[in-house]
Amino acid sequence: MLSERRAQLDCAFTEIDAVFADCMVEAQALLSAPALDAYIESARFLGKMGRGVEPLLIFLQSWPQTASFAGEATLPAVMNTVRAINQSPNGRAIAPLLQSLPAVARRLPAPESLQHYLDLALELLVQTSGSIHGIHKTYASPCLIAFFEHAPQVLQSLSIDGMRTWARYGVRHYHHHPEQQRQYFSLQSSDSLAVLQRERHGTLLVDQLRKLELYLLALWQDQALLVSYSTTTATSAMQPYYDAMGMRLPDVYGDTAIVSGPDRYRAALAHMAAHRRWSSAVYADNYSPAQRLAIECFEDARVDALSLRIYPGLRPIFLALNPAPAVDACNPLTHSCLRHRLAMLAHALLCAIPGPWPLQQADYADPVMREHVRRWTVAMESSDSSSSDMAELAIAYLAKTRCQSDQQATTWFADSQWDYRDDNRHLWKFHELSDDEESFETPKQTVDTQQLQSLPPRHYSEWDYLSQSYRPDWVSLFEGLHPAAQGSHIDLVLEKHRALAKRLKRMLDLLKPHERVRLRYQEEGNELDLDVAIRAFTDLQAKSQPDGRICESQSSNGRSIAVTLLLDLSESLNDKVPGSSQSILELSQEAVALLAWTVDQLGDPLAIAGFHSNSRHDVRYLHIKGFGERWGDAVKSRMAAMQAGFSTRMGAAMRHAAHTLASQKTDVKLLLVLTDGSPSDVDVSDEALLVQDARQAVKELATQGITTYCINLDAKADAYVRDIFGKQYTVVDRIATLPEKLPKLFMRLTK
Amino acid sequence: MNTNASVQPYYAAHGNEVALYEAAYSARLPVMLKGPTGCGKSRFVEYMAWKLGKPLVTVACNEDMTASDLLGRYLLEANGTRWLDGPLTTAARIGAICYLDEIVEARQDTTVVIHPLTDHRRQLPLDKCGELIHAHPDFQLVISYNPGYQSVLKDLKQSTKQRFVAFDFDYPAPDLEARIVSNESGLPIGRAAQLVQIGVAARRLKGHGLDEGISTRLLVYAATLMQRGVAAQDACRMALVRPITDDADIRATLDNAITAVFA
Repeated sequence: MLSERRAQLDCAFTEIDAVFADCMVEAQALLSAPALDAYIESARFLGKMGRGVEPLLIFLQSWPQTASFAGEATLPAVMNTVRAINQSPNGRAIAPLLQSLPAVARRLPAPESLQHYLDLALELLVQTSGSIHGIHKTYASPCLIAFFEHAPQVLQSLSIDGMRTWARYGVRHYHHHPEQQRQYFSLQSSDSLAVLQRERHGTLLVDQLRKLELYLLALWQDQALLVSYSTTTATSAMQPYYDAMGMRLPDVYGDTAIVSGPDRYRAALAHMAAHRRWSSAVYADNYSPAQRLAIECFEDARVDALSLRIYPGLRPIFLALNPAPAVDACNPLTHSCLRHRLAMLAHALLCAIPGPWPLQQADYADPVMREHVRRWTVAMESSDSSSSDMAELAIAYLAKTRCQSDQQATTWFADSQWDYRDDNRHLWKFHELSDDEESFETPKQTVDTQQLQSLPPRHYSEWDYLSQSYRPDWVSLFEGLHPAAQGSHIDLVLEKHRALAKRLKRMLDLLKPHERVRLRYQEEGNELDLDVAIRAFTDLQAKSQPDGRICESQSSNGRSIAVTLLLDLSESLNDKVPGSSQSILELSQEAVALLAWTVDQLGDPLAIAGFHSNSRHDVRYLHIKGFGERWGDAVKSRMAAMQAGFSTRMGAAMRHAAHTLASQKTDVKLLLVLTDGSPSDVDVSDEALLVQDARQAVKELATQGITTYCINLDAKADAYVRDIFGKQYTVVDRIATLPEKLPKLFMRLTK
Repeated sequence: MNTNASVQPYYAAHGNEVALYEAAYSARLPVMLKGPTGCGKSRFVEYMAWKLGKPLVTVACNEDMTASDLLGRYLLEANGTRWLDGPLTTAARIGAICYLDEIVEARQDTTVVIHPLTDHRRQLPLDKCGELIHAHPDFQLVISYNPGYQSVLKDLKQSTKQRFVAFDFDYPAPDLEARIVSNESGLPIGRAAQLVQIGVAARRLKGHGLDEGISTRLLVYAATLMQRGVAAQDACRMALVRPITDDADIRATLDNAITAVFA
């Protein structure tokens, strides 16, 4: 039989002989007879494919398991994928594909899900294999092998849909960059991890952070820093814990059948907060690990009971997260049952907590357990139960129930860990610290020699219109003060435009806020308006209907408007204006100086900043004038130093401008963007992308109560400016008139 | 609003404020009541007015209120104009306790009209009709304000502040508050204590996105709803949470506190 099958395989690889018999045993156990034939047939094909022994070997070993999860019927689909890969330049990816199948099938047991996985693999293959010109793919995909290698890990956290989004994101953004593509698909780049995190199923801690902090503060009067630890990269199952630095919680909690993710977070927080309130540390030196485990069990139950006294509504959640293990689940002949016993005890204790609910008995018949549960309830009735009482009770319990099988090498873990309970590291203190070698090492002092030169970068998301989603933390923006030069230059500019300044001054006087305005013809007011009153009185005497609105009152009419002027300082500003000896930059400088002078006269808070960008990793935001600064020499000297260079990544700069503008306490917040071209950057080939991102930024700003207005110096701006700013824009065709137009425009906008 | 309560208003004392107020009244010192909204300031004044047997004139101050709203104004009539006393003038004439509720809401130039009434002069000049009123011997001025939630701009002038003796009010201690809620609504004391627990939780969030904690007044509303057969959780959501915040996170937290308290 075996030799017959081996003959069917029809290949001479000697590596096969060593494992073939074992593979066949497994295959015969897991596969039906026709499937077994197909299995051998497919294996034969793989052997004859000319890709060495590796694919064949892996297939022989992995297929029976895969078939047992995903069904035997999926074999043709798998083989089709293998053939497709074989016909492409990606032959080396066949082995990793076959290798990934059992783990993937375990995560996606439905046959159609496995089909989706294979389809996704083929999609990647087509999109990332390079070709020089024409139809034939000539270069192997840089990411396919990494994709197969990491697929099981990705599927640990994501559904197949999430995986598809994650993969497509990588293909779209790193299409022209093989090295980064490989990093993305091997989960090494931060973008990759960020997208992975975003697509995860379950409740993310970051989304719940504020709610949980409020929960902790309101219900527990506790203010700890909530820190997440990663569940994707952690090697072993970690439990929540707290220390001096804060409370640590897993970065994601899935929903269980009964308890939702946020409720699991709340339960964990409630338990830790209860420990912080009621537990006191116990000396651990004289207790064995088993005794400590038992003490923790009683102490956990004690703080849970105390919290249920205040918040009885937590009980259903605690009960649901604290399942009752079956009495005979653990076999003392093979396992150490200590943890199982304590799990049953913990459940019994939780059931025994008295409260405004029908008293429930856990259905465990063990008399010793019942006796200790009773003693525990008695101890809880006294008002000052303490952690050390629990220690005594636990020691007594352990002494009664100790048995030989507790010494077994393998420990029973199932159902004996509750994820809402922390690891109780706070419960123990030690007389003497460990005399292990490492404890004598003095911790190395790492001195940060490099002084911080500037503010840390701020990261802003960018809108990707193709996928209708944000690219998380895509743009790094560095802000700083604009370098300074001779401020007298600006004074000269203002001197040059003295005539214009005089005209502006006249307009300003009209615009200046009048503190008090007299409101006449009021039904009710402070004062009798004598003219109107006498007229009304005359009407009354003449037996005609008088006007009842005979009062007047005063109202104050203040301006409440804050403005940020955002200057595009990209390379194109160095162009000369047609028909003039000045560059756009110089004209902008003059216009901005006049505007700053104008606004200073009006007294509105004004900030001026410039920006340019050199790829998404380096967007510069340069402050020229802050809200708090007066229009003085410091500002003038910065303005005099205005330089142009690099590109225009407008969305990020607008988001950053909004960041400071939004905190101004005025009724109206206006962001003026002065630009000479459409948004663009060196690392973006799709022109529409940054235009759409800027449009999205305008929308975001609108939700923050900020009005955005664009002053565009590009005569051909109509093609894009309406897309970004809607109706809120002006195109200045004759740039030479800008110094005159800008202040007037400002006055018109803020009238 | 001019009231002369015939029925005793319910007021449970926190400390010795009743005796202190009586002492202040006997010397006719103007009184300032500070404290968060809904903690019982107005009820205290009503109670004291009843206890002292004096009429009470209450004025709710607002931003548009002007001096003439307090002093009085001319009205147009068939035979000319007629002077109509404002509430402050009325109180000074008849010897009532005049209670200016939330005084900081009024603009500062309005509040200065009370100055001559609140020092040794005890006079009210009405310059529009050329009259100088000497306050009735029983007249007393009481103002209330909530120092917390108003903006920094809205504060009393020092010259106004320093004309008053002041009482600091806060929400009652939980036991007392439960008794008050139970008394006002008829809800059993145990249930009232649970409501107070929610109130206490919410008050801890003040400054973390909540301008003001849940007031005793709202707790009484919730208790009243519960007393009328509304389920506890619905009543709390309707009376305690929805009115005080639009912040989804805080709402969720408070909803959670409600579920945690009412199992």
